[in-house]
Amino acid sequence: MSGPSTYEPKTGVTRWLDSRMPIVRLGWDSFVDFPTPRNLNYWYTFGGILSVCLVIQIVTGIVLAMHYVPHVDMAFASVQRIDRDVNYGWLIRSIHAVGASMFFLAVYMHIFRGLYYGSYKAPRELLWILGVVIYLLMMAAAFMGYVLPWGQMSYWGAMVITNLFGALPVIGQPVVEWLWGGFSVGNETLNRFFSLHYLIPFLIAGVVGLHIWALHVPGNNNPTGISVKTKADTLPFHPYYTTKDGFGIVLFFIIFAFFVFYWPDALGHADNYIPADPLVTPSHIVPEWYLLPFYAILRAVPNTLGGVVLMFGAIGVLFILPWLDTSKVRSMRYRPLARWFFGFFVIACLGLGWAGAENPDYPVPGLGAIGVDFLLMGRVLTIYYFAYFLVILPVLGFVEKPKARPASIEAAVLEEAAARKGRASKAAQPAPAE
Amino acid sequence: MKTIHALLAAALGALALAAPAAAADRSPEPHQFSFDGPFGSYDRAAVQRGFQVYMEVCSACHGMEHMRFRHLGDRGGPFEEVPIGGEMVRFDNPNDNPVVMAIAAEYMIDGEPDEFGDVNERPRIPADPFPYPYDNVQQGRAANAGAYPPDLSVITKARYGGAEYIRSLMLGYDYEPPADLELRAGNYYNPYMYGSVIAMPPQLQDGLISYEDGTEATAEQMAEDVAHFFAWASDPHMESRKSMGLMVMIYLIILAGLLFATYRQVWSKIEH
Amino acid sequence: MTDVNPSPEGQGPDGHEAEPTRRDFIYIATGGAVAVGGAFVLWPFIDQMNPARDTLALASIRTPFSELEAGEQVTVMWRGGPVFLRHRTEAEIAAAREVELASLPDRDSRNENREGSPASDENRSALAAEVAEGVEIDEGLRTALIVMKANCTHLGCVPVGEAGDYNGWFCPCHGSHYDTAGRIRRGPAPENLHIPPYTFVSETTIQIG
Repeated sequence: MSGPSTYEPKTGVTRWLDSRMPIVRLGWDSFVDFPTPRNLNYWYTFGGILSVCLVIQIVTGIVLAMHYVPHVDMAFASVQRIDRDVNYGWLIRSIHAVGASMFFLAVYMHIFRGLYYGSYKAPRELLWILGVVIYLLMMAAAFMGYVLPWGQMSYWGAMVITNLFGALPVIGQPVVEWLWGGFSVGNETLNRFFSLHYLIPFLIAGVVGLHIWALHVPGNNNPTGISVKTKADTLPFHPYYTTKDGFGIVLFFIIFAFFVFYWPDALGHADNYIPADPLVTPSHIVPEWYLLPFYAILRAVPNTLGGVVLMFGAIGVLFILPWLDTSKVRSMRYRPLARWFFGFFVIACLGLGWAGAENPDYPVPGLGAIGVDFLLMGRVLTIYYFAYFLVILPVLGFVEKPKARPASIEAAVLEEAAARKGRASKAAQPAPAE
Repeated sequence: MKTIHALLAAALGALALAAPAAAADRSPEPHQFSFDGPFGSYDRAAVQRGFQVYMEVCSACHGMEHMRFRHLGDRGGPFEEVPIGGEMVRFDNPNDNPVVMAIAAEYMIDGEPDEFGDVNERPRIPADPFPYPYDNVQQGRAANAGAYPPDLSVITKARYGGAEYIRSLMLGYDYEPPADLELRAGNYYNPYMYGSVIAMPPQLQDGLISYEDGTEATAEQMAEDVAHFFAWASDPHMESRKSMGLMVMIYLIILAGLLFATYRQVWSKIEH
Repeated sequence: MTDVNPSPEGQGPDGHEAEPTRRDFIYIATGGAVAVGGAFVLWPFIDQMNPARDTLALASIRTPFSELEAGEQVTVMWRGGPVFLRHRTEAEIAAAREVELASLPDRDSRNENREGSPASDENRSALAAEVAEGVEIDEGLRTALIVMKANCTHLGCVPVGEAGDYNGWFCPCHGSHYDTAGRIRRGPAPENLHIPPYTFVSETTIQIG
């Protein structure tokens, strides 16, 4: 897809630079003149939104590290000092904390979009796998970052998650002590988590570079899932998608700012404003909302090791997804059965999140009468989660009859435009804004 | 527009997921505070009265480790503006604020070692912390029959329900305990407490203290004021946060409009 | 896909141009709004590196002076560095007042309480400091008191008191001699010892900073 470069250096300086290190050419070909399908919808703005999220987290994180003290006796107090005394510290910490949630919100949109439009299918398998690597790194960074304020949830979250590795046979206990740097979660653990929490975002930035590289070889997928065939199927990235992404980013910022300024603690847990106490366990330990579905999968299995294997398997299965989906058609727009199963899959993920947040022994509201508690709900949804990838997608490719697809992206766009115009003329009024 | 709906729905869904299961017998009573809502602000007089309640009642057992006297005179604090010679004067630096200095000086603290290495007490200055009732956790436990009174610096953020929870808890001792509940000595029934059993005896009675501003010190009034004070202490920059938030929101909405216009203009000749 | 795409200026397939003024206005307004917003966002990230409220809270200190006898000196810490507070003897004051101002290497008082004034003993002493409303301080005491930052103006060492050729302060690092008013008289230091801003806030206490 990346054809011959259209960049022409115009000044002496750019000509000089271009023959030595064609960095301007790279930027031009990647973000200015990059041919992009003309039918991308707003679900495709989340890539740009995620880049912005990463930059926000890195910039605010570097600033917070200037004031934060990674020591068990001072961590909580240093966070309080950031909130109370550092100039705009309350703002920067709030952006960083809310930003983590916003990052995951955007990445989930991005992932579900990829699942729906078949963006993981050939020739974009590597692009997808790199994305899953980024997601794993994000979870590691988020988990370690949540430990740093050294509140009750920080401490006990670190305790529960690190102890999971203790379920490994034979090497379990040595591995856990290696992670802790001691015989319990303590100062050593906090220090190494701080160091790694600072490192991982830069690893993410590196993998994002690879992710974009892997994107720019085959080019973007699009809502029709049909490959680009002619020039008429595409538009240059700038100004068409810079403006569309820019608008999407600002809409995203409005939600972001709402939480930062009006509800900064809504996405966190009140117990994390209680300093860590190794003697008192909070009554109800839960991870942050974005990890709840995995927590539900973990608890769905009575055996700890089995739960850990299944939890990591839930992410592991994403790595082989490109080869599990046997359908020839990428986009679920043209897959009448698959889109239903996809819809249930989204509901299953939300339901797993709900089950992860609740006490497993509590009855599910409305279903308690027939004996459904959150444990059972978590188990059923876990089965569906794995069945979606391991049974439904492989089988559907053989049994499903796809709908007729347009000849090209251009044809699809013109067809839709014609339909829109038809609707507009029927409503005997001037055409409303799109 | 569909995208926005989807985003909002997802965000709200996430919130619903994060909401905890209530384990107290009663949720905090709803109460209208002046700082509620996107334009709410602290009532300085209420925070001042709440500070008096804290100092005269709560501070005997509860510390506020992260509070300094200077915070009282910071921007948004209760003594940011103080009357001097019949006029309200604002001090940008709380160190120069005579009211804050006078309050701090009522409490003593160990000073720096002198030239003989002896540590002498000196009056506190605005930069000093609030006095702490215990030297260490063990002492606090021993003094309270094993139950360590929690630090109150960020208490309204550390409890679901925030200021409403504090107010309800302070007034929540009048309920009849369930018949099957066996209370140990030194424990009290309070349905707003997590687990409904609390080691803190009832504190507020009408006329317990006399307010400096002449307000009648009913239990109700003191509970509301002290909740107000803790809300401020937990979130001292709330007013700056909300006013900045308003500016940011207005800016972002204008920018969204401009970007949408730009987007439409750029795409005006493209079918998509 | 090997086709070359139209350049952004190429716009639509029909080559039709919208009226330029309105289009340009939207672009310029949007770009301007982004630039202004970006500038505002920068400020919190710059300002967070300025001294925080807890640091500023210790930027001014109060210290008692009235217990000092003539010939006594204390060193107090202020903004991370030492400050000399000396109650000078009659002889020291007299010695400082005898000096011909024109003969001084640095003729500026280096006194933040009286900026740009000549380096006379009066301008160096506590006579130059402000007295808060309603506070009465004996003039003789103010003449005798001197408050100075205790860092040599050469490279920042702390000079030794009652030492040197002028019986004032002597910096052992590179041999700078200061007189009894803290003025440089000989040696590599370029300026008189600096005097911080301070005020008599009560009959017994000064506030530095």
